[in-house]
Amino acid sequence: MNGFSTIKTITRRELGSYFSSPVAYVFIVIFLALCGIFTFLLGGFFERGEASLVRPFFDWHPWLYLFLVPAAGMRVWAEERRLGTLELLLTMPVTPWQAIVGKFLASWLFLIIALALTFPTVITVCYLGKPDMGTIITGYLGSALLAGAYLAVTCMTSAMTRNQVISFIVSVVICFFLIAVGWPPVTTFFSGLLPDRLVDLISTFSVLPHFAGFQRGVIDSRDVVFFVSIMGFALFCTGVIIRNIRSGH
Amino acid sequence: MIKVDNLKKSFGAKRAVDGVSFTVERGEVLGFLGPNGAGKSTTMRMVTGFIPPSEGKVSVGGFDMLEQPLPAKRLIGYLPENAPSYNDMTVHGFLSFTAEIRGMTGDTKKKAVDRVVEMCFLESVIHQSVDTLSKGYRHRTCFAQSIIHDPDVLVLDEPTDGLDPNQKHEVRSLIRRMGEKKAIIFSTHILEEVDAVCSRAIIIDRGRIVANWTPAQLRQQSELAGAVTLKATGVTSEHAQERLRTAAGVKNVSVVQKLPNLAWLRVYPASKEMNGALAREVASVAASQGWKIEELHTEEGRLDEVFRNITMTDTNKAPQS
Ligand SMILES: Nc1ncnc2c1ncn2[C@@H]1O[C@H](COP(=O)(O)OP(=O)(O)OP(=O)(O)O)[C@@H](O)[C@H]1O
Ligand SMILES: [Mg+2]
Repeated sequence: MNGFSTIKTITRRELGSYFSSPVAYVFIVIFLALCGIFTFLLGGFFERGEASLVRPFFDWHPWLYLFLVPAAGMRVWAEERRLGTLELLLTMPVTPWQAIVGKFLASWLFLIIALALTFPTVITVCYLGKPDMGTIITGYLGSALLAGAYLAVTCMTSAMTRNQVISFIVSVVICFFLIAVGWPPVTTFFSGLLPDRLVDLISTFSVLPHFAGFQRGVIDSRDVVFFVSIMGFALFCTGVIIRNIRSGH
Repeated sequence: MIKVDNLKKSFGAKRAVDGVSFTVERGEVLGFLGPNGAGKSTTMRMVTGFIPPSEGKVSVGGFDMLEQPLPAKRLIGYLPENAPSYNDMTVHGFLSFTAEIRGMTGDTKKKAVDRVVEMCFLESVIHQSVDTLSKGYRHRTCFAQSIIHDPDVLVLDEPTDGLDPNQKHEVRSLIRRMGEKKAIIFSTHILEEVDAVCSRAIIIDRGRIVANWTPAQLRQQSELAGAVTLKATGVTSEHAQERLRTAAGVKNVSVVQKLPNLAWLRVYPASKEMNGALAREVASVAASQGWKIEELHTEEGRLDEVFRNITMTDTNKAPQS
């Protein structure tokens, strides 16, 4: 069996286990409800008088995902360690990488499915006016990449512990950090203390400026590379952590 | 099939496994015995490639576990301690998943799942979710997983743990039958299983192999092995003891229990290679003296006694840190 079919098998099992528990449905309902609340109530969708989805809808995603993605991903490795199935999985003809990628893809697909279920919002917007479909599509793409980046961080924290709650908290903190370094209130605070160049440099590590490009309808390869590198780096760390678990450190 | 060479594993400052070497060929069933914390599970985890050894080598079917883990792991079926399985799946879903990971698809997969479901008596729970199973059924589900690809090498960590007596019996005869064509390692705390299943037994104590024998050789280590137990009437214990002490090939005679009208004695041989000769000697003494024999047999030796002697002596020398 080649590596891809192993990954596919693992992804399918993981995805199946999401949907075999009511938690998945609760998660999706909460996600959709929050999307709606943020977009239509807090985002001032109606007050804007423009049928644009982009700002009021996607603006909230970095904050929404801050809690929802760790909630969806915290079990990925923690549960595997708690149940002892990690031992089963890694003594089958599966490389750690196949397991890491397979499990990550499953959770990512789950989040993408939840994101895709926001399509009634798109329909509403189309009904109310003539939105720029290109921007909506890039917005969704950016949002999916953002979710993937947070998720990879959550996979990493999930591998660190058997305790899902700890994994949740640590990944919220890290993801918050990834937002905060480029969040205007924080950058203005630091710009008083540090040279501008440094503040700019630090803020490039934030997801916000990279996410903003997609909201403008631009797919900048640097933004894509940014999100993909976060995923790659976090998953690499997951691999290191798992190797350490196995050798008993 | 399985070659383990000077395997060592430390967890921090603690040596869990300290220089274990053995080989298991096809057609052999190797029993792993040892007190709690001796390092049995740790050794098995290294053999199956879950834990990388701190030192030493494992090769399975000629594939080095560190250099070619995938081909080595393909040959192995493994039942980890505590029989973990994915709680949120059904028994059928779980077994199908493991079959798929092992590269089976379509009809082959279906046949493999059906086969192990039948072998492990899982028909009645096949569509039940794993987390609602009783402990024994969960154990059987994980056991089924380990044999789904009909592996050449089986590593079973306490395969009969938590099973009812009938199932224990089934699993033992299954292991024995499979052992004719496979190389099997299994660990257990039940000493009768050594007799029932193993062709060879290794006793591990504090990370080291302290015995590597066949079950019969293991018994031979017992003080009791080769001794003759006699129950007779028509004579007092003291008299019979006196008389038997002077018989040929007798080293010592002890009274097992003092009873008013029954002499119950144990006669120890001068050498362990006497086999039936000592029993015949005792019988002829009894006949010549006119004692009435109620019972006469040669002891085989008790595994629990051997186990205790071997593992206790070591702990006494250097208590566990
Ligand atoms: N991941 C680990 N980290 C630290 N110590 C460990 C780890 N795994 C095992 N040990 C230690 O290694 C020693 C051997 O453990 P192991 O599980 O191999 O024993 P065992 O022979 O299987 O015992 P049992 O009969 O109770 O199953 C124990 O002292 C245990 O505490
Ligand atoms: Mg054990």
